Amino acid sequence: MNHKTKAISFSLAMLMSAFAWNTQSYANEATGVELPVMLAEISSVNTFNVNLKKPKSRNLPPAEDGIHDPENEATHSLQHPLDAYKGLPTSEYGNYVDWVKALDEGKLRPRWDRSDPNEEPFVLDLDIVRPVKASVPDVVFPHRQHTEWLYCSNCHPAIFIPQKNANQISMSAILLGEKCGVCHGKVSFPIETKTCRKCHSKPKPAGWTPPLSEATLKNPWK
Amino acid sequence: MSSKIKRNVLQSMIIGVLAYMGALGVPQPAQAEYADIVINNYADAAGMRPAVFPHWFHRIRFRCKVCHTDLGFAFKAGGNKIDMAKIIDGKFCGACHNGEIAWSVENCAMCHSGIPGQPTHFHGSTVQRLIAPAYQPLPTNDAKK
Repeated sequence: MNHKTKAISFSLAMLMSAFAWNTQSYANEATGVELPVMLAEISSVNTFNVNLKKPKSRNLPPAEDGIHDPENEATHSLQHPLDAYKGLPTSEYGNYVDWVKALDEGKLRPRWDRSDPNEEPFVLDLDIVRPVKASVPDVVFPHRQHTEWLYCSNCHPAIFIPQKNANQISMSAILLGEKCGVCHGKVSFPIETKTCRKCHSKPKPAGWTPPLSEATLKNPWK
Repeated sequence: MSSKIKRNVLQSMIIGVLAYMGALGVPQPAQAEYADIVINNYADAAGMRPAVFPHWFHRIRFRCKVCHTDLGFAFKAGGNKIDMAKIIDGKFCGACHNGEIAWSVENCAMCHSGIPGQPTHFHGSTVQRLIAPAYQPLPTNDAKK
């Protein structure tokens, strides 16, 4: 077997494996009544690699989005996201809509009560500063933007104990859907490099230096 | 240029082109709206398409508080164990989807519009992007008996 045939057979194998993947997902669809534990598709594990191609299309109509069934007639009568987003301020992540800005500018008037369009939210304008151990800027949590959308009991006390120093928050917890991650990374703005500074917004105090790690302090060779 | 180098260059080019063509055959991940939820607790087992809940559509019209405080929706995809009995009794989706505030339940296929066989999941969520959560469909009423 010369090199050329090797290359061709390798590529063919790749093609075949791609189709094998397809058939596997169809087999899953056909499982019918007795459903075993199902694994959700890992939608974009590699988007953290900036060298990979980004999806070209965004805000696709329901029939083309990959989760709605185009064979279902009613799918085609659902509203298209881009029609709904007309005139709203844009962002670079999530739905590509800046929801908070849209609300602030009065471009959205979502109801605070299920049936009464005139009821106003109870807005609390209180910023909480959370110093961060690492060298990233400190976190400022603005209650105002959150209480425009949510009620106190949505977060307190189940997710956050309303008391100073009572909550331990880490990025790993958030990325796994705990604490802020109950909403951020699901519905409200996602956790991406572009969004770090939305929370980590307060520069470190003048003269701040990163604390030395124990390994450095106890290093017998220094 | 020696013929050996020429052959190597040609080989790498062929491999590159064929690998690129192979990649085109790989199925693309879904590109639904951020925060779309597929709910398939009972739908597949009942012979219905899974329901798709578009957060974007609802947050244009209602603030989070309406559903997540007043209507008692937990912050968990598939965690509310919604079934049609609860909806026609005016709970969960049924609080609005009753023909008064929003269209009512006879429009089955408007919600039950997902591709069959999809597990319950939160499209575009960070957890979904990093790890694939496993879902056990909740037991149906028939299975409980």
